[in-house]
Amino acid sequence: MLDWPILSVLIWLPIIGGIVVLLSGEGGARRTALVVSVATLALCVPLWSAFSTATAEMQFTEHASWIPVINANYALGIDGFALPLIVLTALITPLVVIAGWQVIEHKRAQYMAAFLIMEGLMIGVFAALDAILFYVFWEAQLIPMFLVIGVWGGPNRVYATIKFFLYTFFGSVFMLVALIYMYFQSSSFEILQFHGLELNLTEQILIFVAFLAAFAVKIPMWPVHTWLPDAHVEAPTGGSAVLAAIMLKMGGYGFIRFSLPIAPDASRELDWLIITLSLIAVVYIGFVALVQQDMKKLIAYSSISHMGFVTLGLFIAFTIFTRGGGEIDGAALGVEGAMVQMVSHGFVSAALFLCVGVMYDRLHSRMIKDYGGVANSMPIFATFMVLFAMSNAGLPGTSGFVGEFMVILASFKANFWYAFLAATTLVLGAAYTLWMVKRVVFGEVASDGVAALQDVDAREFLVLGVLTACVLLIGIWPAPLVDVLHVSVENLLRHIVLSKL
Amino acid sequence: MEQVYLLIPLAPLFGAIVAGLFGRRIGRAGAHWVTIAGVTVAFVLSLVSLKHHVIDGAPVFNAAVYTWLVSDGIQFQIGFLVDNLTVLMITVVTSVSLAVHVYTIGYMEEDPGYQRFFSYIALFTFSMLMLVMSNNFLQLFFGWEAVGLVSYLLIGFWFKRETAIYANLKAFLVNRVGDFGFLLGIAAIVTYFGTLDYAQVFAAAPDHAATTIALFGGQSWSLMTVICIFLFIGAMGKSAQVPLHVWLPDSMEGPTPISALIHAATMVTAGIFMVARMSPLFELSETALSVVIIIGAITALFMGLVGIVQNDIKRVVAYSTLSQLGYMTVALGASAYSVAIFHLMTHAFFKALLFLAAGSVIIAMHHEQDIRAMGGLWRKMPITYVTSLVGSLALIGTPFFSGYFSKDAIIVAVSHAQIAGAGFAYFAVTIGVFITAFYSFRMFFLVFHGESRVDPHTAEHLHETKPVVTLPLIALAIPSVIIGGLTIEPVLFGGFFDGAIDVASRHDTVAKVAEGFHGAISFSMHALVSLPFYLALAGVAAAWYLYLRRPELAGRLREKLAPLHLILTRKYWCDEFNSIVFAGGGRMFGRLLWRVGDESVIDGLIVNGAANTVGRIAQVLRHLQTGFLYHYAFAMIIGLLLLLTLFVMPAYF
Repeated sequence: MLDWPILSVLIWLPIIGGIVVLLSGEGGARRTALVVSVATLALCVPLWSAFSTATAEMQFTEHASWIPVINANYALGIDGFALPLIVLTALITPLVVIAGWQVIEHKRAQYMAAFLIMEGLMIGVFAALDAILFYVFWEAQLIPMFLVIGVWGGPNRVYATIKFFLYTFFGSVFMLVALIYMYFQSSSFEILQFHGLELNLTEQILIFVAFLAAFAVKIPMWPVHTWLPDAHVEAPTGGSAVLAAIMLKMGGYGFIRFSLPIAPDASRELDWLIITLSLIAVVYIGFVALVQQDMKKLIAYSSISHMGFVTLGLFIAFTIFTRGGGEIDGAALGVEGAMVQMVSHGFVSAALFLCVGVMYDRLHSRMIKDYGGVANSMPIFATFMVLFAMSNAGLPGTSGFVGEFMVILASFKANFWYAFLAATTLVLGAAYTLWMVKRVVFGEVASDGVAALQDVDAREFLVLGVLTACVLLIGIWPAPLVDVLHVSVENLLRHIVLSKL
Repeated sequence: MEQVYLLIPLAPLFGAIVAGLFGRRIGRAGAHWVTIAGVTVAFVLSLVSLKHHVIDGAPVFNAAVYTWLVSDGIQFQIGFLVDNLTVLMITVVTSVSLAVHVYTIGYMEEDPGYQRFFSYIALFTFSMLMLVMSNNFLQLFFGWEAVGLVSYLLIGFWFKRETAIYANLKAFLVNRVGDFGFLLGIAAIVTYFGTLDYAQVFAAAPDHAATTIALFGGQSWSLMTVICIFLFIGAMGKSAQVPLHVWLPDSMEGPTPISALIHAATMVTAGIFMVARMSPLFELSETALSVVIIIGAITALFMGLVGIVQNDIKRVVAYSTLSQLGYMTVALGASAYSVAIFHLMTHAFFKALLFLAAGSVIIAMHHEQDIRAMGGLWRKMPITYVTSLVGSLALIGTPFFSGYFSKDAIIVAVSHAQIAGAGFAYFAVTIGVFITAFYSFRMFFLVFHGESRVDPHTAEHLHETKPVVTLPLIALAIPSVIIGGLTIEPVLFGGFFDGAIDVASRHDTVAKVAEGFHGAISFSMHALVSLPFYLALAGVAAAWYLYLRRPELAGRLREKLAPLHLILTRKYWCDEFNSIVFAGGGRMFGRLLWRVGDESVIDGLIVNGAANTVGRIAQVLRHLQTGFLYHYAFAMIIGLLLLLTLFVMPAYF
């Protein structure tokens, strides 16, 4: 433990930094943004090293009274679930800042500020232990993302932003109702108190469904996923990277932090629903991704398919409990796999969107048909792209394999058919990803535009290189990441295996 | 010895990384030296390990290198299992790899991707070594997919060629279909055994011999059958067994050295190796063994037939490889695992030789690959000619050549097998001998003998290839002749694989082979009174008669048997079937889900529909907001009346 409020610093440093960038104008905006985001990342070093993997208790906790009337507090703290997601957020943001270094010419300071503020708010989501605080962070980070797409986005950005905003807002309103209901039950907004709240099955199911509305949209799960491809297509590269890498994870995190521990019996009752939707995401969306002509849409659909593994990994736990006679043995593999999948997807989807960005910056097209033979003019870029594509297709030795492997192994324990359908991603994921690679990267030079492409510059090399290192590290040695999770996962499973009724 | 084992895969990996990342800085020579040095180290250390285990009789080495992760109490590790099976495999892999590395210097001489190529083949060597040295299913799967990756990269090495990048995508996807099964097999093992470690799984397997699981409704299946069939689906992908064989002929789009190394000698035999390694599991399921033997027999027979009508020099060898892999699979199904591995070894040498010899011809012919445009090359290319002859004789199972020992052992073993499908398999492998001899010598005669059909321009420059190409040919020709006779006795009958391969005594066909074995020479002499020898002879004779003595007959025969010829040239329409049903069907299904599911129903009907409905209601409601005070006052009065009525009315009921 540290004797200073590191979580607050992690939240407010980028937010205040963002405001400074906003006020200081175009001049040093980029440099300030970079310094702030790198400093935030640097803070993750003491955070990670001081984090104890021996306890499931919340760590680095902070507590201050905030709105006494409703007993809402400024309460922060993290466990093994939050830590990797915070580090992921802190890692992606500087990369996005660097990626936007030259590309963003219009309102540069606002752009950088939006990402910094978003970073702080997202870390806040992962660190909040008070439901109102969580809700504020959750909703507030919609605003910078809304602006990023709306201001720096593509031609159809208005439709996309409104769709994005209404979809996600629609979901979170139900969550707010659930939170208020639980406040009346416990006269507190402490999330950990909600975990212990005695609720009957009807209450639990209503609460579960309310949370599902919020989290399913965020992840996104089929059939509330259609905002994502539109948002990605219109978003600037950095926006897509953050959206895919971090924002989707808030949905998965929500299930872990709220749905499962607050409504374990409802989760058990409705696990068939989540599992079905997850498997639809894997298979149905896999086929849809296959026929996309726009690279960003393809990666967006691939994200939905990959996030299906997260929800699958979390919700097979109940079947495994039943099969194991009420013991928790066997379920941890799925939950840990879900977490690893979230982190890995953060790296891989961000990397792929940044790759598309690299090409888009040069040719101003995202359409697959406008490319072909990129490897001829951009060999270094092609190497990166193929590597990330392979990771997206779940190649062992890269991070994309780890989570899927764990979840597939665990789902076999639950039911053979879950594993069977989930494993189709081996074929479908490879098919849509590598078919895109074939048409974009390989082949004869398709046009003069492709022939004139310049290979990646030092800045792009740095961004893609850092992500490569992450992808390979998790792929070759995932133990450090998984070790952080163990105790928290066990704690969660011990909690949800017991009925509240 | 632990450091030695560790160095064996790491040395090529080091070469691959240096050549891959610093290729431009170290130059062409630097790239081939560093990778060749790496593979040489691996080869020498493999020999050291071979001696250590086989001659010095060292105990089996089984230990973890590091823990990949731990979850749910299951250790996911990277670790080595080194026993006689492993040392034999690593020696084969590193020796063929070394020969191919040297050969590549000549073959890829003028290619701009020289460094990249060396990096890839060294990376391949690393992956293949990790695969065969693994002591657990995780690393097996790692190596399995890693060799698939390198194969993908190498088939598409000339990435500008549309055919090459089509072939590599196809290869990867078909292999993924196999891996799909393989992964489910591993998942079943983890579920029921709670570990990924070979030794623990094998030890616990007999306890699960009677376990059943329910897959479809209430029907129960033997657990072992399910596991073994899933694992075998993986092997079918990697070792190109029907119906997952379609990628291997297309993989010939890659440069020839890798066809020899990856698509003949090593990677494609990974499936054979894997099943042999899993013998303690397969022995518990006769159903699975029957599946194995039938699939193998179909591949051995029908792929050999297709080889007869191929005109591309590499494709003939590719179909021959498919057929030979079928032979190995048949041996596995007959529980003659050691014979399968033995054939894997001899085949690795003579098939690598045949591919490299084909490559030598291709270099000399300036990348012409059609055997109809060759002929009479033997005068111009004596070394290639002689080594090809050696390779072909070994392939068709000429007595005293290495291929004879392994192939005959398979045929004898299958004749003793009792499981369902063994009869068909025996028929297939026996007829296969004639077919093998026929297509091998058809190609051999068309390329090296008869009238020259080489175009005059090429003919002028036609000459033997450089020593850097021919030396590997000679180096591989030697084991192609002698390795079979030298090693058959110790490998098959000397308890070489004790502890590594498990055979239930009622399946022990190798023991039956041993009964009839009285030394390598008498085993060869025995050929003179056995059917396969005469079938092979007939095959060669038929090829000679049809393609050298009376070439016009071949054409007439083709017309006579037009329907059969069509079936063979279209390769049983497997490719058409796959591209229409799977590739086309998949795309159509995807488009349907996208256009109808996502765009029309979810977005059109629900999302935008909801927005439109709100809009339409608002359109109507806005007429109420007229802005005239008397409208509002009127509405208030009406409202008041209604409410009053509601309050008062109940009193009257």
